[in-house]
Amino acid sequence: MRTRRFVLFGGLATSGALIVGYALWPSDRLARFDHLAAGPQERFLSNWIKIAQDDTITVVVPHQDMGTGIFTALPQMAAEELDADWNKVRSEQAPADPEFANAALAEGFGLSREGIDPQSMPPFLRELALRGFGLIAEHMNLQVTGGSSAVRFTGVYGMRVAGAAARTMLVRAAAERWDVEPDSCSTRMSRVYHDATRRSFSYGELVGEAARFDPPLDPPLKSRRSYTLIGKSLPRADIPDKTNGTAVYGIDVVVPNMCYASIAICPVFGGKLKSVDTGVISGRRGVRKVITLEDAVVVVADKFWRATNALAELAPVWQDNGNASINTAAIYEKRRSALDLGPLVEDLSKGRGERALEGRIFEAVYEVPYLAHATMEPMNATAVYHDDKLEVWSGVQDGLGARAFCAKIAKLSLDQVQFHVTKLGGGFGRRLPGAFNYLDYAVKTAMAIPGIPIKLIFTREQDMRHDYYRPNVLSRFQAAFDDANRPVAWINQYTTEDGSNPEAHIPYAVPNQLYKSVKVNTPVPVGAWRSVESSWHGFFIESFVDELAFQSKVDPLQFRLSLLEHKPRHTAVLKRLALEAGWRTPLAGHHLGVALFESFGTIVGEVADISVDSHGSLQVHRITAVADAGTTVNPNGLRAQLEGAIVFGLSAALYGMITIERGSVVQSNFPDYKMVRLKECPRIDVVLLDSDAAYGGGGEPGVPPLAPALTNAVFAATGQRFRSLPLSAGPFRVPGGSTLVR
Amino acid sequence: MVELKINGLVHQLDLEPEAPLLWVIRDEIGLKGTKFGCGIASCGACTVHVDGVAIRSCVTPLSAVAGKEITTIEGLTDGGPTAIQKAWVANQVPQCGYCQSGMIMAVSALLKVNPKPSQDELDATVSNICRCGTYERIRAAVAELVASAEG
Ligand code: FES
Ligand code: FES
Repeated sequence: MRTRRFVLFGGLATSGALIVGYALWPSDRLARFDHLAAGPQERFLSNWIKIAQDDTITVVVPHQDMGTGIFTALPQMAAEELDADWNKVRSEQAPADPEFANAALAEGFGLSREGIDPQSMPPFLRELALRGFGLIAEHMNLQVTGGSSAVRFTGVYGMRVAGAAARTMLVRAAAERWDVEPDSCSTRMSRVYHDATRRSFSYGELVGEAARFDPPLDPPLKSRRSYTLIGKSLPRADIPDKTNGTAVYGIDVVVPNMCYASIAICPVFGGKLKSVDTGVISGRRGVRKVITLEDAVVVVADKFWRATNALAELAPVWQDNGNASINTAAIYEKRRSALDLGPLVEDLSKGRGERALEGRIFEAVYEVPYLAHATMEPMNATAVYHDDKLEVWSGVQDGLGARAFCAKIAKLSLDQVQFHVTKLGGGFGRRLPGAFNYLDYAVKTAMAIPGIPIKLIFTREQDMRHDYYRPNVLSRFQAAFDDANRPVAWINQYTTEDGSNPEAHIPYAVPNQLYKSVKVNTPVPVGAWRSVESSWHGFFIESFVDELAFQSKVDPLQFRLSLLEHKPRHTAVLKRLALEAGWRTPLAGHHLGVALFESFGTIVGEVADISVDSHGSLQVHRITAVADAGTTVNPNGLRAQLEGAIVFGLSAALYGMITIERGSVVQSNFPDYKMVRLKECPRIDVVLLDSDAAYGGGGEPGVPPLAPALTNAVFAATGQRFRSLPLSAGPFRVPGGSTLVR
Repeated sequence: MVELKINGLVHQLDLEPEAPLLWVIRDEIGLKGTKFGCGIASCGACTVHVDGVAIRSCVTPLSAVAGKEITTIEGLTDGGPTAIQKAWVANQVPQCGYCQSGMIMAVSALLKVNPKPSQDELDATVSNICRCGTYERIRAAVAELVASAEG
C-alpha cells in the first residue's frame, strides 16, 4: 500500500483568477521536498507547512510578495486551523520548482497521471477539481499571484486544509504516545494537550511521528466563531525590511562579475530591427558588447548608466512591418464600427432580451483608454547562461511559469533552468505570464554573451512604451423604461480582445437583459491590469445606471437600492455607504457620486466627494468606501489594499491615458503619464463589513467603483457626463494634470 | 578620482564626473536601498540627503556632490530604526515597499527643517510617487510623529 500526501492543484481562469485545490500525493515525493527546502531538523507535513523540532512553523507560500500582505494573511489562515502559536510562525516563498506548483497537474503529477479519482477527494473540493482540470491543462506551471486569488483560493483550499490536516496528524501522534483516544486531546498555542491527565507535548516534539501518518482526507475545519487569528489585524511580517532599504527586489540582485544591459526595443509594435551601426560606440569605456535581437538593440556594459548612455548614441533603423499607420483615433474607429457592424456574439440573454426595447429608450456609448501599469520598479531581470544551463532572477507574479517561459526561450528543459523569485516593486498584472517580454530579452541577451551574468533593466521610457496595456474598450448601452419610470430592458454591446466578459453582467433587477460582444484585436499588446475586465465594465455599468437614475429623476443611490432588493449584501453595503459618506448631507459646495461593484468575490461601494470651482478646477476631497469581502482574514491588510486600489483607480480616472501615434506609444515617463501624489490624494475612509459570505479577494475590488463614483460626482456638480476617461482629457483643470486634447 | 562621503565613509572612485549618483550608490558602493524609478527627477524613489537636504540622486552627477555628506536610507538606519521608521511600521505604511526608502528620506529631510509640518505642508513638500497608493498611511505616520514631537 502506498502512502499519500496532499498535492495542490489549481487552474487559471481566463480572467487571471486562480483556482486552487488539493489532491493526494504519493509520499515518495516528500523525499524531494525535504531535499529542496527543509533543513535537517525539519520534515514536511504537507507542501505548505513545515514544522521544526524547535517548534518553528514555516508556511511555504506559493505566491510572490508584491505588497498585498499575503505572506501574513496566508500563514494566518494555516496557523488558525493548526492552533499554532503565532509568534513561532514564519513564512517562506515557495521555490520555483514544480514540486511547489500551486497547480500540481502542470508537471504531470496531477490526478490524471496518478490515476486518483476525484470522487475520493473531500466533497467540498470535488467540484473545484472537476472545474479546474480543463483549465489546468491549458496553463502549465502555475504559481500565479493574481486575480485577487491568494486568500480566496490558496488560503481557503490550501492553507486552512493543510493546517487542519497537520493538526490532526499531530494529535494522532500525541494520542498514540499516550495511548489515549485522539478525541480526548485538544490543541492550543502549538501544543497538544491531554487535559484529563494534564499532559502535553509541543508540536515540535511530535513532528517525527506525525509525519508517518497520511494526512486525513477531510480534516475538520474550525467554525468561524472559534477563530482566534483569522479576523485579526496582525502586523505584516514583510514591512520592517521595507522601511530600512533591506528588502531585495529584482533590480537589487547581485551576481559576481555581473554586467548591465540597457535595451532599445523597436518603438512600433510588431516592428523589427533592420540595421544598426555600432561603430559609434566601439571602444567606449565599459561597453562590452552590442547585441542585436530581432526587434531590439541591447548594449551590455560594466555599469548601467554607461550601457544606457552608449545606447543613446546608436541610431537603429527599424522596420515597421506596416504598423506605423496605427494610432488612437484609428483604433477607436475600428472598435466603433465593429460595434455597429459586428459580428456581435451573444453572451447572455434574460427575459425578452432585445424585444423589450420599446417605448422610451435611452442610449449611451462609453470608452476607456489604454493604460500602462507603471509599476514603481521598472521591469528587469538578471540572467546567466553557460554550458546549457540558465539561471534567472526576477520579481514575477508566477515563478514557475516564468521558469518554464525562460526554458522555452532558451530551448532548454526545465531542469536546466533555475529561477529565483525576488520581491516585486509592484505587480498589478504587469508581471504575470503572458507579459514576460523583459524575461525574453534578458534570456536572449544572456545567451548572446555566455558566461557573463547580465542584469537587463528597462528604463522608465522602455517600460512605459513596451507594456501589455489595459485595453481600450468601447461599450454601448440601451435601456427602456416602463410607464412607472422603471428600467425594463438593459442591452449592452461591448468590444473585447478575447471573449465575452461575465463582468459585464449586472446585479440589478432589470427583467430583460441582453449582452453581446464583438472581438477587435490590434497590434497593441494587452494584458491584465489591476481588476482586469472589471476595471472597464465597472465604469460602464455604474455610469449608465447613474444616467438611468437621472432619466428616472430618482436619487442615484435610492435608484440602485430599488433594483437590489434581491441582493442583501449589495443593499447592506450601499446603506452603510450612504451613512458613512453623509450622502444626504454633503458640505456646502461639495457634490457626491456613488458607484457599487462586485468583483473577485468582494462587493465595494464608493462615494466620491468633490467640488468644481468657477474656473473649472476639480478637487477630490474625500473617497469613502464600504466593502463586504466576506470573512476577512486581516482587516488592516484589506483596508490597505482598498486604499491603494482607490489611489490606483484615481490616477487612472484623472490622468491615465496611453495614446498611440505612428504605431508607438506617445507617453514615456511620469511627466506625461501622471500619478496621483500626496498633493492630489484625497482623504480616504474605508469601512469593512465582515459578512458570513465566503472569503473575497482583496487586491483588486477597490479599483472598479472609483472612476464611475468620480464621474458621477462630476455630473452631480456640473451636469456634464464623462463617457470616456480620463477627466484630464476633458474641459476640467485637474490638479497636477495638463489638459489633454484628443 | 572622485572622493565621495557616504554614510560617514569615504570612497575613492575612478569614475566619470557625470556618473549619476544613484547608480554609484547602488552599484559601486553596493547600497541597494536607494531605488531607480524614473531617472528624470520625477518620482523620488532615488531620494538621498546631501548635507541634510533631500535630493534626487538619479539626476545628480558625481561632480556635484564631491566632498559633501551623503546619507542614504542605510545611513539613516545606522544604530537601529529611527522614529520615522517605527512610525512606518506602526502604521503599516509600505505595500510593495519600493518607493518607501525615497519617501522616508524625503519625510526625514522635511522633519529636520520643520518638525511639525501640517498636512498641507507635508503634501506640498513630499512629491514622491507611491504607485501602491500608501499616501493616507504616510500622512497618518507623519501625524503621529508630529503629535509625539508636540509631546
Ligand atoms: S529615479 Fe530619481 S526621481 Fe525617479
Ligand atoms: S509601496 Fe509600492 S510604490 Fe509605494
